[in-house]
Amino acid sequence: MNEAVLNDLAEPNKPDHAGPETEDSLNIEYTDTVGQPLCEEAKIRTKEVNVYYADNQAIHNVSLDIGENEVIALIGPSGCGKSTYLRTLNRMNDTIDICRVEGQILLDGEDIYTKKQDPVLLRARVGMVFQKPNPFPKSIYDNVAYGPRIHGLTRNKSELDDLVEESLTKAGLFQEVKDRLDAPGTGLSGGQQQRLCIARTIAVQPEVILMDEPASALDPIATAKIEELINELKENFTIVIVTHSMQQAARVSQRTAYFHMGRLIEVGETDQIFTNPAHELTEKYITGRFG
Amino acid sequence: MWSENTESSMNNTDLVRQSLKKRYLKEQIFKAVGMFSIVAAIVFLIILLADIFTKAMPAFSQTNIELEVTLDAGEIGVGTNPTEQDLMAADFRRVIRNALAKQFPDVKKRKEKRELYSLTSMGAEFQLRDMVIDDPSLLGQNIKVEFMADDDVDAVIKGAIDRTLPESDRRVKDQKLAWIERLEQSGQISKQFNWHFFSSGDSREPEMAGIKGAIKGSFFTLLVTLALSFPVAVAAAIYLEEFAPKNRFIDFIEININNLAAVPSIVFGLLGLAVFINFFSLPRSAPLVGGIVLSLMTLPTIIIASRSAIKAVPPSLREAALGLGASKMQTVFHHVLPAALPGILTGTIIGMAQALGETAPLLMIGMVAFIVDIPQGITDPSTVLPIQVYLWADSPERGFLAKTSAAIMVLLFFLVAMNAIAIYLRKKFEKKW
Ligand SMILES: Nc1ncnc2c1ncn2[C@@H]1O[C@H](COP(=O)(O)OP(=O)(O)OP(=O)(O)O)[C@@H](O)[C@H]1O
Ligand SMILES: [Mg+2]
Repeated sequence: MNEAVLNDLAEPNKPDHAGPETEDSLNIEYTDTVGQPLCEEAKIRTKEVNVYYADNQAIHNVSLDIGENEVIALIGPSGCGKSTYLRTLNRMNDTIDICRVEGQILLDGEDIYTKKQDPVLLRARVGMVFQKPNPFPKSIYDNVAYGPRIHGLTRNKSELDDLVEESLTKAGLFQEVKDRLDAPGTGLSGGQQQRLCIARTIAVQPEVILMDEPASALDPIATAKIEELINELKENFTIVIVTHSMQQAARVSQRTAYFHMGRLIEVGETDQIFTNPAHELTEKYITGRFG
Repeated sequence: MWSENTESSMNNTDLVRQSLKKRYLKEQIFKAVGMFSIVAAIVFLIILLADIFTKAMPAFSQTNIELEVTLDAGEIGVGTNPTEQDLMAADFRRVIRNALAKQFPDVKKRKEKRELYSLTSMGAEFQLRDMVIDDPSLLGQNIKVEFMADDDVDAVIKGAIDRTLPESDRRVKDQKLAWIERLEQSGQISKQFNWHFFSSGDSREPEMAGIKGAIKGSFFTLLVTLALSFPVAVAAAIYLEEFAPKNRFIDFIEININNLAAVPSIVFGLLGLAVFINFFSLPRSAPLVGGIVLSLMTLPTIIIASRSAIKAVPPSLREAALGLGASKMQTVFHHVLPAALPGILTGTIIGMAQALGETAPLLMIGMVAFIVDIPQGITDPSTVLPIQVYLWADSPERGFLAKTSAAIMVLLFFLVAMNAIAIYLRKKFEKKW
């Protein structure tokens, strides 16, 4: 850790940090994003993205590249726009009437916000796992089989069976549920439900998986399982994960992006962000002084 | 402030204690008022049901008079091998009259004879005719038949007419009473469950009137209502909830759907009369028109119920489907609709139950006509249960009093059954997430 952090930790009652931080008390000018927001082999490139909810701007001018087969963590205080940014990547924001996206988002160099881009096809390529486990009120099997079925990925029942088994195995759930694939998915424990949702997402064989705080509703053991799973999945998928837990970001991601009030403040190697943040806001956040 | 001294903290506890007393008192009063309302509601309900039930009981049993009749072919005016048509035109009344005259040989005067012959119902001859048509070999035989008694006899047997009253205050005169008592003593009078009530249509004679015509009329009417309003209402609800853009026009439609639900039902009846009968020349008094009119009424009910059911589907379910790449259509039909189905079905059944009890709009389109035949389809003239209640309640014969209550019981039975189905469906399809 750098000296500033250690000093802060040593002197927690410095007068200028007595109360909760406000924007004014921070008195920091926003700068352009510091660190390395760009990368060579980008899977997704976002250029000068602005997102508005009606007249309210939630994302300001964010440019960030997401590399092929990397795990990138998005961190930042509550309400800073992490979920909003994540949801622009597979156009889930389309479902919100008042939401408007400006700027360019390129998946493999192709703009996903053009008219001819089909959001349905896009979401088959960019899958999503939500904060609260949300299995369908159907059987475990049907939960996993739903995606392949609607996209017509398999030709017959046995291929589908194999795909379901493979997806459940990859999600680390198959051993636990193999005897009750017909049982309702909603009857599983919270952690199992979340792994079922991950299995359901990877069954469609997406290229990118977006995860919005996938472990925030889970206990530490279930969380550890999910993290283990993410470490395995990164072999085959590009993963963007929003998290509130800095330990989690440190454990699973290669790069970390810090958001603040809708702006992308800093991006860098995860180790560097947590040990030696370049921006004052990042430092204050990871030392736990707001958020 | 709070920890200044112990005295003030003592005071605080006392203050709280005092206010607690008040709060508990308020709670007690509120509970008592609530209990009272519920008890009052239940008492009224019990009184109502008990009243209907006791009044309806006589309608469920039927008094019969057993007579020995001689089915002589010559007597009824047919040849030796009569066709069905011959039998339809044959004079069975005469056979019954002969049997009565044989039983009471001392009755000679014309006027007295007419009284004597009114012991059995007007329907007795049809009863006999149907028996012979079913089995022509009965011709030429002597058989004992239980004939339906006239409603006056029925009333005497059931005690609705008090035999101890002086003759001048009694509908049934002394002579007739004596005949009835003689028949009773010889064991010729019996009571049985009144199947007839459930198997025949309306009649001017209380003992012959049945509810089947009205039940079938209600059934056909509701069938039309369901077939029209369910698909339209569900489609409208899905469109408004899931697909409609948010603009003024849609807001306007929404407001009007709510207004439609509040329009007095008789207005729909007038509309039905003007548009469907006068303009489109659809048949009068038919379940078809009744069903169309009622579906106009139930539409808003089902739309509103379906919309709230669809709205109650958690957004996470939609997100899950959309996130997997399901199209809007697939999301709605694979996930939202099944999840909303219990609510939609409940709303539909409640709408149907409303339609079943509706009277005013159907009066306007002529379903109040006196119809004897049991309807066979949606274009046959017919009436419905609540209107049958209305018609019988309006009839002067005392026999219809029991019929009215019995019809109300049948109506209530169907309403309760429909609500029970609604609850069952909701329980069955309800899913947890
Ligand atoms: N559907 C919406 N309609 C209007 N405003 C919204 C909507 N969703 C989010 N916002 C606003 O956008 C901003 C960013 O919200 P977002 O959900 O992206 O934050 P977040 O970083 O994910 O927060 P958290 O960590 O609490 O999940 C907030 O100010 C929020 O009020
Ligand atoms: Mg969020």
